[in-house]
Amino acid sequence: MRTILFIIQKEFLQVFRNKSMLPIIFILPIVQLIILVNAATYEMKNIRVSVVDLDLSGTSRKLVSKFQGSPFYLLKNSSFSYKEAENKMKQGKIDMILQIPMGFEKKLLTESHANVQFVINAINGQSAGLTNAYSTMILLDYNREVLIENANPSMLGGLRSIQTDYSYWYNPKLNYKTYMVPGILVLLVTIIGLLLSGMNIVREMEIGTIEQINVTPINKIQFIAGKLIPFWIIGMFELAFGLSVGKLLFNIPMEGNLGLIFLSASVYLFVILSFGLLISTITHTQQQAMLVSFFFMVVFILMSGLFTSIESMPKWAQNLDRLNPVMYFIKIMRMVLLKGSGFADISPHFWSLVVYAGCSLSLAILRYRKVS
Amino acid sequence: MPAATENIITVKDLVKKFGSFVANDHLTFEVKRGEIFGFLGANGAGKTTAIKILCGLSYPTSGKMSVAGFDIYTQREKVKKNIGYMSQRFSLYDDLTVYENIRFYGGIYGLRRKEIDTRTHALMQRLGFESARDKLIRDIPLGWKQKLAFSVAILHNPKIVFLDEPTGGVDPITRRQFWDMIYEAAHEGITVFVTTHYMDEAEYCDRVSIMVDGRIAALDTPDNLKKQFGTFSMNEVFIKLARA
Repeated sequence: MRTILFIIQKEFLQVFRNKSMLPIIFILPIVQLIILVNAATYEMKNIRVSVVDLDLSGTSRKLVSKFQGSPFYLLKNSSFSYKEAENKMKQGKIDMILQIPMGFEKKLLTESHANVQFVINAINGQSAGLTNAYSTMILLDYNREVLIENANPSMLGGLRSIQTDYSYWYNPKLNYKTYMVPGILVLLVTIIGLLLSGMNIVREMEIGTIEQINVTPINKIQFIAGKLIPFWIIGMFELAFGLSVGKLLFNIPMEGNLGLIFLSASVYLFVILSFGLLISTITHTQQQAMLVSFFFMVVFILMSGLFTSIESMPKWAQNLDRLNPVMYFIKIMRMVLLKGSGFADISPHFWSLVVYAGCSLSLAILRYRKVS
Repeated sequence: MPAATENIITVKDLVKKFGSFVANDHLTFEVKRGEIFGFLGANGAGKTTAIKILCGLSYPTSGKMSVAGFDIYTQREKVKKNIGYMSQRFSLYDDLTVYENIRFYGGIYGLRRKEIDTRTHALMQRLGFESARDKLIRDIPLGWKQKLAFSVAILHNPKIVFLDEPTGGVDPITRRQFWDMIYEAAHEGITVFVTTHYMDEAEYCDRVSIMVDGRIAALDTPDNLKKQFGTFSMNEVFIKLARA
């Protein structure tokens, strides 16, 4: 036990003596929260639309003005040639073409239905879907107005319809930031933990001090514990700091028990840190360790459900994702902070992390060798 | 200094292979308690390989070895308690101070904090390093670092200290001072096992072995070796052996 304390003392001295460490610990979370949370949003604004109005009637203008009035659209490069609009889309200057055919008003009034065309750049399928949904909503709204304006009593009779009222649970204002902050905090703890621990043993190998340690009677468990505990403390502190910043800057909800968050974090950090130490034992230079850490980090983060929904991934990918510790902790964070879930609700994720921590820690201890 | 007759290191038929390359080819020798044993050889002769095996840093391919009375295979941890080691590569932490390094290594050898402080104090005085106690290792001269690394290697009073080319890259005066420290340690009863390239240093040893291509080509006191090869210096002995 005393031996472990001596190692912890030494690791802390080294971490805090490293001039780039303090800014990483204190500034990184703030910058990450401010930039990522504001930048990584699915809300769409400024959809650039080129209108090709071949009808030029009062009715068509009214439809165009509906788009103009919406905060989501930006009317640009309107012309009378569909070809020209198409070229603009190819050049990437617009996201959508709204084409109103000639005789639109006449057809609408005489035949009581008419067609318009949306052409949407769908390179990014998700934003194309949203653009389509927004545009359809505007069209529906417009439809209703036309119906009322030109109504005769018999048509109004057919207007009876079912109205749907929405109430959004857990994030009533559909505030995207509320949804992002807990996930970004997981990212933060993961990056700090994996990099600190991943670099550590391999650094001692590079400078040669590991040999000096290996000739001492220190045992593996003392050594690994002495290496893990300082980073564990830093990781927990980082999470507390990040949560405070999230509360202060974004007023994120904290519905559930914070103790539950820290309990899960304490297990999660063991997973990440032993993963880092494992990387440290299979690489020979800090550069290699950095590359391997990044490889895992990118895969883990992209598959973590932070940016995309896990439920919409293919089945095999969802199964593969069971190996992704980041996914479990993001789920726990969102459940506890946003929904106020209790231990029973998060227990499947929590126990998965416990098993994961046990496995990766034993692997790290097994892999670390005092004798070559 | 007259060495005792008791063997503190015995090595019999030590073989270490890396694939088909034989780094140590049936080494057999003994080191007596309290002596300064020089382990000489050209670069790549297999000195570091042998020293790492004796320190428990590397597994031998075959052979029987005991260090400080303990078997190298079955009592590795007991061996480690009784030895000190100073590697070719510099082994103190650059970003820690002189005192912090001593405290760390003292701590993992199980010394009490009080004991560490007294020993540090005595050490700083003996080395004349009082002013450097709180300086970072990276800011002190190489000669000081080497002396300090040696002092740290014997901080826990081991029975044997292994020194792997301890004076590489150090000026002649510092080398001379370093050897004074080695004598002092030997005088206190620590057996010194030292590898070196410098043949003048070989003259300081009680006995030397000279390795050529993974084998021990000669083993005796410097005087006997010089007589045997009909030369006046260890340098010539070495060149005769290495060329043969």
